[in-house]
Amino acid sequence: MEIYGTKLDSRLFLGTAQYPSPKILCDAIEASRSEVITVSLRRETSEGSGSGFWQLLQQTNTRILPNTAGCHSVQEAVTTAQMAREIFGTNWIKLEVIGHADSLQPDVFGLVEAARILSEDGFKVFPYTTEDLIVGERLLQAGCDVLMPWGAPIGSGQGLRNPDGLRAMRAHFPDTPLIVDAGIGRPSDAVAAMELGMDAVLLNTAVAKAGDPVAMASAMAQAVTAGRQGYQAEPMPRRDMAVPSTPVLGLADLA
Amino acid sequence: MKITLNAETREIQATTLDAAMRELGLTSQALATALNGAFVSRAKRVDTLLTEGDRIEVLAPMQGG
Repeated sequence: MEIYGTKLDSRLFLGTAQYPSPKILCDAIEASRSEVITVSLRRETSEGSGSGFWQLLQQTNTRILPNTAGCHSVQEAVTTAQMAREIFGTNWIKLEVIGHADSLQPDVFGLVEAARILSEDGFKVFPYTTEDLIVGERLLQAGCDVLMPWGAPIGSGQGLRNPDGLRAMRAHFPDTPLIVDAGIGRPSDAVAAMELGMDAVLLNTAVAKAGDPVAMASAMAQAVTAGRQGYQAEPMPRRDMAVPSTPVLGLADLA
Repeated sequence: MKITLNAETREIQATTLDAAMRELGLTSQALATALNGAFVSRAKRVDTLLTEGDRIEVLAPMQGG
């Protein structure tokens, strides 16, 4: 898979929040075989904890995808992206412009505007969006080369709420990398997303809040691989009725 | 003068953002700054003059999804 000119072998992007410990975070990143991990920016504390976290990430040998999580306006998101670019030394940005505090649903109008501003400023924008096709088109026109439709509300673990919407996106944007971002709860959700032809999955809570995050990271990695292979192998069509798989020809008369 | 640093009111002697950062002990390289909602790059902090009531945000890397 190639995104913004970068070749990636892993189709699993992993978030870094809510792990029981820094050690478990690092072990989970390794077990997930993810090449891209997401991070955020928050106010510096008096203990200066941000610097230690950054040093920890630099040891993981992964590509950093900073987010604009928690931003509710275009200006907040743009300023946060500019600050992230300086700290993390990357022009990749996972753009979130949140429209509603309860659902964390993207504000797609603000999202398109922020994506245009940031793309013109040299950013490689990964927009967290809905499955709406026209919004997707506007984001591509704004300069995005990738779309990140939600599976379900952030942190909900509900899986894919609207598989038909994602299927329509795949058909409408055959050549655009599509990454399901948010809502994945179980490996079967990740398989389902990949079987729909999504190019990758981004998840965080499903691993971080599992009973055994490192084992779940490994399970998710396998799920993404299995789902991708299944999609490429072209699953059989569904049938309404049973069709015997064992040949009927040569069946003995033993009645 | 009084400024607001990360939502806390602080009294500082410094008149530039760069000097204020040093005065407030914010010396880590992994910090980014915004003044009144607008990004100020590391290189521009030294030329950025502060005025009474300015709102400074200093952000650091944090876990995220």
